Amino acid sequence: MGASPFNVETAFWIGPLGITWPVVVTWGIMAVLAAGSFLITRQLSLKPGRAQAVLELIVTTLDSEIRATVPGDPARFRPLIGTLLIFILAANWTSLVPGVEPPTAHLETDAALALIVFAASILWGIRSLGVGGWLATFVRPSWFMLPLNLVGQITRHFSLMIRLFGNVMSGAFIISIVLSLAGLLVPIPLMALEMLTGAVQAYIFATLALVFVGSAVNEAGPPPEPHHKEKTHD
Amino acid sequence: MTDYVPAISILAATFAVAFGAIGPALAEGRAVAAALEAIARQPESAGAISRTLFVGLAMIETTAIYCLVVSLLLLFANPFAQ
Repeated sequence: MGASPFNVETAFWIGPLGITWPVVVTWGIMAVLAAGSFLITRQLSLKPGRAQAVLELIVTTLDSEIRATVPGDPARFRPLIGTLLIFILAANWTSLVPGVEPPTAHLETDAALALIVFAASILWGIRSLGVGGWLATFVRPSWFMLPLNLVGQITRHFSLMIRLFGNVMSGAFIISIVLSLAGLLVPIPLMALEMLTGAVQAYIFATLALVFVGSAVNEAGPPPEPHHKEKTHD
Repeated sequence: MTDYVPAISILAATFAVAFGAIGPALAEGRAVAAALEAIARQPESAGAISRTLFVGLAMIETTAIYCLVVSLLLLFANPFAQ
């Protein structure tokens, strides 16, 4: 029997503070992503090179996805949703690197991500509706729904956490079991399936985060569509 | 006296996954069938349909994942086993 999926191994100690492996891998992914973004965006030009074209494709696709869910200017949500999408995708695919376990296969990382979305949805709700308006959404359509709305607010972020954890962890767990049974080359189809699952889960986490964060914004009514859209950016 | 806890935990984990997978499996089958029918009727909206389908499938799959998490909790983090 393999190790429990709920255990985390400590990599090293800083004084009394134990730094676990998922934290180390998370910071590694963050360093790689930040360095890559910095290197690509360091010299942007009007005639894009190959890297800049790929980056522009990613940003344009992200913008159109955001606009399809929340009408209006997609730049409001791009930093949060884009970072979530790219980070979770990179984290899920670190299972391809030998000896590295994806940090999203541990409950703590997913809990942190879901907490970020939770805080962001509250902040966006208060920002777009005001404190009173945001509190009023809990008694809609009637005060009778107050406990259900409160529970729903908690459980949907909880299920966001469990969904990502369960999918990524089960994939890593099954691969480790098959590896201990069969060995070389047999887990490769499973790893390909795991790549697909990782991509779909990253997309779903980002989409659901956008839906949760944007629901308050959508309730505030049609957003001010930027009229000067044509004459900006170039 | 608590020797039966591991055995019951294993049985319960098996039942949780086995019966917990029935509902999501049927639901996902229905969802995919409906999506395929919709795509066959309106091939031009295949992109939007499949995007919604993926999100819906993930939501359905979550119930099965809950069962998996419960069974793993029973097997690895059982509070009643010594």
